Amino acid sequence: MPANPTLGRRAALHWLAAGLGATALPARLALAAGSDDALSPRLVVLMLRGALDGLAAVPAVGDPAWAALRGQAAAAPQPGTANEGSAAAASPAGAEPRLLPGTLFALHPALAQLHQWWGQGQLLILHAVASAYRERSHFDAQQLLESGGERPFALQTGWLGRALQASGRPAVALSPAMPVALRGAEQASTWTPSRRAPGSDDLLARVGQLYGDDRALADAWAKALQQQGLAREAGMAAGAGIAGMDAGQANGLAALARQAGAFLSAERGARVAWLEAGGWDTHTQQAGRLQRQLAALDDGLAALRSALGPHWARTSVLVMTEFGRTAVLNGSGGTDHGSGGVALLAGGAVAGGRVLTDWPGLAPAQLLDRRDLRPTQDIRAVIGALLQRQFGLSQAQLRAGILPGAPVFDDAQLWRA
Amino acid sequence: MHAAALAAHRFGYAETSLRALQADPQAWVLAQFSADSAAANAFDTRGLADAAAALRISREVLRTALQPQPAGSAAASGQGSAASADPARREARQALRQLNLDGLQRRWQHTVRTEAPVAERWAQFWSNHFCVAATKGSTLGLVWPHEHEAIRPQAQGRFVDLLKASTLHPAMLLYLDNAQSMGPDSRAGQRRQRGLNENLARELLELHTLGVGAGYTQADVTETARLLTGWTVRYGSDGQAVFQATLHQPGPKTVLGRRYDEGPQALDALLLELSRHPATAQHLATKLARHFVTDAPPPALVAAVAAAFRASDGDLRATALALFTHPQTWRPDHPPKFKRPDELLLSAHRMLKLPFGDAQLQAGVQAVQAMGQSLGRAPSPQGWPDRSEDWLSPDALFKRVQWAERFAASHANQADARRLAPLSLGDDLSAATQQQIDRAESGAQALALWLASPEFQRR
Repeated sequence: MPANPTLGRRAALHWLAAGLGATALPARLALAAGSDDALSPRLVVLMLRGALDGLAAVPAVGDPAWAALRGQAAAAPQPGTANEGSAAAASPAGAEPRLLPGTLFALHPALAQLHQWWGQGQLLILHAVASAYRERSHFDAQQLLESGGERPFALQTGWLGRALQASGRPAVALSPAMPVALRGAEQASTWTPSRRAPGSDDLLARVGQLYGDDRALADAWAKALQQQGLAREAGMAAGAGIAGMDAGQANGLAALARQAGAFLSAERGARVAWLEAGGWDTHTQQAGRLQRQLAALDDGLAALRSALGPHWARTSVLVMTEFGRTAVLNGSGGTDHGSGGVALLAGGAVAGGRVLTDWPGLAPAQLLDRRDLRPTQDIRAVIGALLQRQFGLSQAQLRAGILPGAPVFDDAQLWRA
Repeated sequence: MHAAALAAHRFGYAETSLRALQADPQAWVLAQFSADSAAANAFDTRGLADAAAALRISREVLRTALQPQPAGSAAASGQGSAASADPARREARQALRQLNLDGLQRRWQHTVRTEAPVAERWAQFWSNHFCVAATKGSTLGLVWPHEHEAIRPQAQGRFVDLLKASTLHPAMLLYLDNAQSMGPDSRAGQRRQRGLNENLARELLELHTLGVGAGYTQADVTETARLLTGWTVRYGSDGQAVFQATLHQPGPKTVLGRRYDEGPQALDALLLELSRHPATAQHLATKLARHFVTDAPPPALVAAVAAAFRASDGDLRATALALFTHPQTWRPDHPPKFKRPDELLLSAHRMLKLPFGDAQLQAGVQAVQAMGQSLGRAPSPQGWPDRSEDWLSPDALFKRVQWAERFAASHANQADARRLAPLSLGDDLSAATQQQIDRAESGAQALALWLASPEFQRR
């Protein structure tokens, strides 16, 4: 059955979505799209790939061992060599960490807007936090953090994907590949900006037929078309507003965050968005690089909040990374792979203005293996609390398969109401 | 998939016609791993920048990037230095860009033209295994010199030679920071109050040899880092790694229970030891079988390839023969792999016998990037992911269909998809795909549908 070439693009997209819905689209996707709840909570997860140095982002300036450990280095970054560090445009020299009154901690000077959120009670910092992983491979650590399993690669789907599957919420990852965290959800899509026109209606329709017998391609194709339609409705059609959008790079984060905000605000849009930014693996000369990376993170989160408008009040944003870094700077002004680190929880309803930590201390004997910040909180507990609140999932559901083996966490600690 | 289609598409980069290899697909593959074939299909590096030139040009780019910018200029306000009016900077960046385009163009040309496409996929596999990315200032121009100088000459040799060539190439020493690592007790370390950087040491064990979870400890990583100190890169050099004794941590080191004496010779001994470790054979065999056969390769196949690797003391040609003679490799019913974006592009070019002129190169670079793969800029030292699920997502598929339409519009006059599809895929072309191609409203649309089809998107 050849498609009608005179069909308008939007009509074609709807026709395709409807036509495929009967055979290939999971029922839940159609249901989720049809029963939109404007007041339902929004969730954004931002994954920082490469392992953020939590002690640089949230320095423990009040710890008695801080000055000996990082005090000098934080105040005066080492001069660059002929390597990348020397190309650092901005030097943090002179900029003071922003103190967080009533705590041992400060925020990196580049996190100016987050510092304001702290003051507004909308930023909660989780310090000395980690997944159950204690080895030092990025790839295993990311897989474990995203899959929510008990060992790397024990589970092939992700905790977020399984929670979406159980709750029926639609989600979008602003990344070219489906992140492990979202795998397992029928109603998860992916989207990245394109400089190209979307393609001729006739070809799009024919491709739908071409994939008719191929479940994996038919599913992905239906979701892609739906996401394209939503992007257009959200006012950022392909070819517009994409300057600086470079998926995975911190400097493109703000543009992607704005689009995520648009998707989350749209009437039939996603209620969960996944963002990611790379470049956090700071083995050398990290002061200058983190200055730029953290500023981009700060901008990205501010852009997200602004794009969410009134929905911010119902939004929770989790910022996480695969592990921490060594407490001591290494021989080239950077840090190596460590254990405990930082996670952030932000949003309109977050009980912020606090650092939630069972602080282990930074004296050599207090460090894990005399090397890493000792993890004292399991990030899966925070994730579990987040999933209960966002999706109304029970502890039993979480334990049964979404976060097997995860410790229970009192979610009342995280939100104001 | 039938044997000829497996050989042409899954192990190679597609063929215009299966006729040439239909008689004996296995012999067609095996012949590509002979000394004669290696000589006949050698990669031609004439005219390409070597590591010395790449280092010089990268350094020039860094130097101009560091020059103070006039206030208010595009670069100073962070608007992207490509638009900079500064001629010196523009020139340096242009030279770097050209260097990288030349390297990529030669690789792509070779892939499209070679009569040993399986051997070419083999070489590119190792390039990805020993990934170097142009994601830091010092490696901006070194990705292709690394592949040309360290990987290609050793890809059918002994693994330990490949390992050493890759580890000691300036690209790797800079990419994984060993160039600036110093023994804390070395003369330079003492004088400059600097010390170890364990980045290369960790990836050498985790990614390049033993594999994660092979039982090595943090102490092994640290000792390996100490052993590696001294191996560095001098700017203005001839592009070779140097061992600088003033950076080297004094004293013996112990890795995996074995003692290594102070000095540069320790690295040879360590690399030999690592290359002979059973975990290395298992790790490499798993990756090879996953890349060439299927995402979840049968354990018996992995075991056979690992055994051949060990029995031959890491002879890569013997390893390839073990892989490509194993009956499991040729089983027609393994789940196919979803092509990576560069594989998709290259297979389209190869099928159409379409060379990479400057215009095709430009279009290809943009297309592959839009489909999620910035060549030369892999996201991590692990290289590009190799499982279908890493590439098959809604957005990626949409970008692929966009590419197929655009590519077909440019090249429809060079191919009739109705004839080409059955010729290149044989009995594996589904009736449904053939029907969609036959019903297309134009030649360009027929070609776009063929390129977008499940058969062509997979291998």
